[in-house]
Formats: sequence, C-alpha cells, structure tokens
Amino acid sequence: MKALLYGLLLLVCGSGLAIASMETYRFENAQQQARYRVIIETVRCTVCQGQTIADSNAGLAQDLRQLVYEMIIDGHSDREIYRFMVERYGEMVLYRPPLKPSTIPLWIGPFVILGVALVALVMIIRRRERLLTPKLSSDELQRASQLLEQDKK
Amino acid sequence: MSEQEDRQTTSGEQQGVSWVRWLPLGIFLLLAVFLGIGLTLNPNEVPSPLIGKPAPAFELPRLDNEQQIFSSSELHGKVWLLNVWASWCVSCREEHPVIAQLASTRLAEVIGLNYKDDSADARRWLARFGDPYLASAVDREGRVGIDWGVYAVPETFIIDKQGIVRYKHTGPVTVALLNEKLIPLLKQLQEEG
Repeated sequence: MKALLYGLLLLVCGSGLAIASMETYRFENAQQQARYRVIIETVRCTVCQGQTIADSNAGLAQDLRQLVYEMIIDGHSDREIYRFMVERYGEMVLYRPPLKPSTIPLWIGPFVILGVALVALVMIIRRRERLLTPKLSSDELQRASQLLEQDKK
Repeated sequence: MSEQEDRQTTSGEQQGVSWVRWLPLGIFLLLAVFLGIGLTLNPNEVPSPLIGKPAPAFELPRLDNEQQIFSSSELHGKVWLLNVWASWCVSCREEHPVIAQLASTRLAEVIGLNYKDDSADARRWLARFGDPYLASAVDREGRVGIDWGVYAVPETFIIDKQGIVRYKHTGPVTVALLNEKLIPLLKQLQEEG
C-alpha cells in the first residue's frame, strides 16, 4: 500500500517536473523529489522577478535548480537551502516572506483592506435602507395595517 | 422648532453623502502617490545582503593562463574591486572604459570575474577593448557568481582591507557614479586601517 502511494506521488511529481522544467534529476526517494519541487517553487528567480526558479528558463534559474538538487542529495535540510539563498540574494528571494516587523503590513494589509471594505459596505447598505424606508405618519401606519388586515380576510 | 430640527438632520445627511462622494477621488490620489513612488524605484536594485559581510572567497583559473589559479586570498589587506563581466554582455562593453578609468586611478586592485563565458571569446574581447584587470577569474559554471549573489551582469563590488564587502552596484558603472561615489569611497577605504 505504502509503495503504491509513493509510486503515485512519484508519478504526480514526475509529470509536473516534465512539464515545468527541462532537466530531470534522479532522486534517491520520492520525498527528496517532493522537497525539491516545493523549494524551487518558492524561490524567486532574481533575474526575472515575477517568476520562481521553477518557472523560469533563465540561466541563473537553471543553475539554482541544479544547486537545490545537489544540496538535497548532499543531505542539506530545507532550512539550510533557504538560508543559502537568502545569504546570497537577500530575503526578496523568498516567495513567502518571513513574518517580522517590516513585513507585517505585507501579511495583514490585505485583511485590513478587506475589513475596511466590509465596514464601508455595511454602512452604505444601512444608509440606503434608512433612505429607502418610507417614513409614515401614525395615520398612514394605521391605514396600512387596515389594508393588511383586509388582505388576510 | 421640530421643523428646524428636521431640516438640520437632512442637511447633515447630505453633508455625509457629499463626503462619501469624494472618497473614490481620495483613494485614487492615494493610489497615484504610491504608484508614483513605485515608478521612481528601480526593481532591479535588489539590496545585497553581502554588504558588511566578508567577501565570499574563491579560487578560479586565471583567464590569461587557465593553468594558473587565482585566489581571492591574494588580495587580503588590500582595497579591491570585483567587476563581474562577460563577452556576451552588452552593457559590459558600455561600462568598460569607465572600469579602465577606475583602474588607472590605482585606488583599488581591479579584479574581473568572467561570468559564464567562453574563455576564448572573453580573451578576444579583452584584446579588442583593453584589459584593465589585474586578473580575471574564470567562473564558467557561475558558481562563484551564485556565492556573490550575482544575477545581472555587469555587477561591481568594492571590498575593503579587512575583506568586507562595502558596496555593490548592479548594472554598468557610469562616469557620474565613478566620480561621485566610487572614487570617494575608495579613497576613504584606502585611509582606513
């Protein structure tokens, strides 16, 4: 069963690999390959900044993929590989910036904007409701309820 | 009295509405300011994490004689400059006279890192445009380039006598940059212990 699962994983990862990048690397196990996939999809290609090194065919992206592969085979941990990248290219190389004071606006900004938008929406709806609800005098209210009563009968 | 109150509330409400009417314009202006700031920034100017850190050491074949190894340790105790170049790089040709001018000031040892290039092409390039380098190191695989965080050739690093990277410039060095920034910095570094 386990073997079957690993086989499936390999198949899935392998097919992704064949589509996304040119090189095919031989890994010792499926776990290594999965780690490789995750890392190259979260490291920014500094030459072509909108892309990860998995997406890019720039020379540097190829070199970095090769390097990630070699580091995995040499037994480096994910953390070590990311640190290697950050030491050389800075934190902007990470697609997921770490949470720290200077990146807090980046992380919570979208939620703050969403919150403001929701509050604004509620306020607008309330105001509209208030404006659209007709103000009836007590006479008119009485007539309205009379009409409703008649309807029921 | 009650009529007056009534009028006041309606005018208050109208005021609220007119304030909201200006909101989109406000948001637009805010966005325009931010985008305007964004336009003045150069997205290729990635701050180097190497500044203030020891320069990555390397040992590579010399371009003029590939049997010989050039080691960055030879530069210990000197102010030096690493200029990453390649014969395939168009802006390197553009900055080359400026690098030559810089080398002629003798304020720093000027070292070339011949990045991912064909050595024969690189030698021809130097023969044609002049060789201002004390030595050019051959980084054919670009591994040393990765250690230095090179991502766009040309790049120029300045290293002090302690072997600490003090400055990095991405893209061609211009005469203005040379006179306004590099030469004053090199003079300062020469005076440091």
